Amino acid sequence: MRRLPPQPGERIDRSAPLTFTFDGAPVPAFAGDTIASALLASGRSVLSRSFKYHRPRGELCGCGQCANSLVQIGDRPSVRACGTPVQDGMAVEHQNAWPSLERDVLALPGRVGGPFMQVGFYYKTFIKPRRMWPVYERVLRRAAGLGKLPRRQDEREWRTEYRRRHCDVLVIGGGIAGLSAALAAARAGADVVLADDDVEPGGFELATANRERVRELAAQCRDAGVEILAGGSALGYFDGLVPVWQGDTLHQVRARRHVAATGSIEQPLVFPDNDLPGVMLAAGARRLAALYAVAPGESAVVATVGDAGLESALALHEAGVRVAAVADLRADAAQRPVAARLAEHGVRVLAETTVVRALGRRGVEGAVLARVGADGVARAGSAEEIACDLLALSGGAVPASSLLLQAGARARYDAVSGRFLPGELPEGVHAAGAVAGCDDAEQAALSGAVAGAEAALALGFDGQARDLAEQRARLEAWPLAPVAEPPACARDERSGGKAFVDLDEDVTVKDVEQAVAEGYDSIELSKRYTTVTMGPSQGRFSQLPAVRVVAAKTGLSLDAVGLTTARPPWSTVPMGALAGRPFEAAKRSAIHARHRAAGATIRWAGDWRRAYDYGQPEREALAVQETAGLIDVSTLGKLLVRGPQAGELLDRLYPNVMSSIAPGRIRYGVLLSDAGRITDDGTVCRLDDESFYVTTTSSGAAAVEQWFTWWLADWALDAHVTDLTQGVAAVNLAGPQAREILARVADLDVSNEAFRYLDAKHARIAGIDCLLLRIGFVGEVGYEIHCASAHGQALWDALMDAGAPLGLTPFGLEPQRVLRLQKQHILVGQDTDSESTPWNAALPWIVKLDKPQQFIGRWALEHLRERTGEEGGVALVGFRVPSGQVPTEGAVVLDGPGGRPAGQVTSARRSPKLGESIGMATVPSALAGEDARIHISDAGATFEAVVTTKPFYDPEGLVLRS
Amino acid sequence: MSFLLTCPNCGTREVTDFGFGGEASRRPSERPASLRELGDYTYFRRNVAGVQREWWVHRSGCRAWFLAERDTTTNAVLWTALPADAPAAREAVSA
Repeated sequence: MRRLPPQPGERIDRSAPLTFTFDGAPVPAFAGDTIASALLASGRSVLSRSFKYHRPRGELCGCGQCANSLVQIGDRPSVRACGTPVQDGMAVEHQNAWPSLERDVLALPGRVGGPFMQVGFYYKTFIKPRRMWPVYERVLRRAAGLGKLPRRQDEREWRTEYRRRHCDVLVIGGGIAGLSAALAAARAGADVVLADDDVEPGGFELATANRERVRELAAQCRDAGVEILAGGSALGYFDGLVPVWQGDTLHQVRARRHVAATGSIEQPLVFPDNDLPGVMLAAGARRLAALYAVAPGESAVVATVGDAGLESALALHEAGVRVAAVADLRADAAQRPVAARLAEHGVRVLAETTVVRALGRRGVEGAVLARVGADGVARAGSAEEIACDLLALSGGAVPASSLLLQAGARARYDAVSGRFLPGELPEGVHAAGAVAGCDDAEQAALSGAVAGAEAALALGFDGQARDLAEQRARLEAWPLAPVAEPPACARDERSGGKAFVDLDEDVTVKDVEQAVAEGYDSIELSKRYTTVTMGPSQGRFSQLPAVRVVAAKTGLSLDAVGLTTARPPWSTVPMGALAGRPFEAAKRSAIHARHRAAGATIRWAGDWRRAYDYGQPEREALAVQETAGLIDVSTLGKLLVRGPQAGELLDRLYPNVMSSIAPGRIRYGVLLSDAGRITDDGTVCRLDDESFYVTTTSSGAAAVEQWFTWWLADWALDAHVTDLTQGVAAVNLAGPQAREILARVADLDVSNEAFRYLDAKHARIAGIDCLLLRIGFVGEVGYEIHCASAHGQALWDALMDAGAPLGLTPFGLEPQRVLRLQKQHILVGQDTDSESTPWNAALPWIVKLDKPQQFIGRWALEHLRERTGEEGGVALVGFRVPSGQVPTEGAVVLDGPGGRPAGQVTSARRSPKLGESIGMATVPSALAGEDARIHISDAGATFEAVVTTKPFYDPEGLVLRS
Repeated sequence: MSFLLTCPNCGTREVTDFGFGGEASRRPSERPASLRELGDYTYFRRNVAGVQREWWVHRSGCRAWFLAERDTTTNAVLWTALPADAPAAREAVSA
């Protein structure tokens, strides 16, 4: 292997030499080289070790499609060396070999042979005994793998940009057909996007005499306004959305029409040792010579089933590679015009001949050519050994129809062209070029122009519609070049040598045959059993060979065997690109900066960043009970419900009556599902005749808003729901000194006679308009003060300034949890679960079955009462633990000492005020009576607790009302 | 799944802008007589392969709830409309 003299249209820039390293050794390259072309030019033929047997593998496709050239670049594993441009100083390493690519000790098991590592080996061998699997797994994972991921999360982060692009026509594939389609559609007036995965559009024709023509076409496309996404891989077809991954951007392209011009994939041939480095696809060898001026060998043998291989042989010869012989499986090979031109150059073309074995140990040293029967076995006496170091294969073409199949097309085997072609296309999808069976460049260009014009015409752009019918007729009359159908596996009379169907997964002909013999005789089953076509190249080079083996073994036709399902992604894409940036949206209250400044411990609470405590949760809880405390409750959901039927809406949503609330009064409520289960809770405050101010839990705000608006839409009541959650800040001022503090800052009479428990008042505090709700979640006299978010910090500051002399202390979520537990005020989701009704969550008084509304949950509650009684055998109760132990939340409640699980602890804390361990638990109704003894099993220990159905603190609510 | 949906207020947007409310079913005006009938209403869905009427909410937009008819096999959306403007629903044929 070496660099050839300058080639016309080569992609490399010989005036710009650069250097990169491969496994630490410097490799010279030119700007424009791929990693693989530079490695080959420097004489390195082994690029990787295979997945299972660790066999040496070299370049195969020359265009970034196969798995033979997967390398590691820094912390990026499994980069395709033949599709990745070289950069100066790049550090490239091999994958899946130890200690080195040249000497890989893991290759030994494959060479030993025998039953070791045949198909199903892992399933059959390592399944017993089960307990040993973790041991096996560690070894196997090390032996079989493709590259290494960085261990640290932050090193794995991707900075993916997402872009949505809507257009009239998306052309996928920038070969001669795709460019022609894009140009035709754009000139007709359509907004066209073209995605092509190569660094420049042009496709295979860049490696042929048509190179200037396709470059000119690309220029015309740009002039006509086509947006070309070069280096962009179309990943799949999702109901019309095509994600195109381009470097660091994921374009989500939604087009009204699609033109698939995805080309075809040249197929390898199957014969013993068909994976030796030096065995390449003919078109890949041609691309390496034409684009990168690399001689992929000194002396080549080309094996083909059609004209494509002959053309590649001619191109290799003209580029300066000696072509020792061409084996063409067709009987009439000599009559092909290209064969005649090869003969003029003195290249031998052997008709009815194919390759039956590759010779060599670490790379190709020769090929055995022979005439074969239908079973693929060489006819006696026909074999001929030819020395070569490049064996270029052209086993026919498979249309790259994955996207078309994902869009809904069905592939049918077309006997004339010898391939699976996409049949009837789904609405809005066109196909052009080789994917539609148009191999010839002129034919492909015409098919592209027709598809582009038809796509535009379907959208109402009729600029080029004049001679469309004539063009289509010409296209359909295009003569087909004959292709021979190769045997499933060609072989000589010698035994030995693995004949690979799938190089990615190291699946051999024998493996697939054995799978069929074991009963996995459908292609989908043998695929899953052998993993054939499941490797990184997505079956590009292995699907048709596998279908041929199954067909030969089962005696079915290729059409009857069929293809496996085409699934996205068609091209490899980093998981990080799809997962997006690893960030979480954080919500902060308007007062957040004050909590930070006060040294609060900030924790996640749903989407919110909240003050968990200010360093001393027990002291904070005591302060609320002895002087006063202030907590930021801006996270509460806040809805304004207005309209003549606002009360009716609430009466249908809540189990109790809200329409009877007097203006300026507040009522507690829970929301139920249709199944009668508690979904959320909060307060409802009537502002005036037609307005209600509703609060929800912090985590339920969005769901409750959707719940309200959904039923409002369905019932079409004359009311309106406005979500004020983000726009309103709220604090709860509570404690014995709360009234005095409020009196100092608010312009209203705060006496207990003027501002009663469950009253709501408007007032100004430090000049800020506020809504004050006198409620008592934490059990002390308390005022929940709501104001516009913009004034949240000013409100906080005004209260803290006025309250500091009286001992006002900010308190966080944790002390609030202790305080509310002392009152047995439930937390929805903590003390309730998906089975909780108001009856078994200690809220029986809230269900008003005597009201007329068929409120949500009513029917389920009525049925429940009739069948099982209200509680249904379960109750939520408070408990004290005399021994002082604080059980873990979630600990099991037993139905007796040493008994069976019958309930669980939902909340538990030590109360600093009461100096004891308190909690709440769900228990069987039989154990729900006052002073009943229950037993809690927690982490192996069992201890006794005493049921207390009344609040632990201020059981009569006298403090609240004082 | 990926398709476009037209909010009656805001216009055509990606489906990811919207929240799905499930197939539109009619809430009985009276309490279903048996627990089984209540269970059918509460938990069972027809889950048709074909055109169904369903609820959507423009979650990342105007937050309006609206109705749509969509073919669940192709994701083709036949129409969208606010409930007041929606064509009269054909009665669901019970399976």
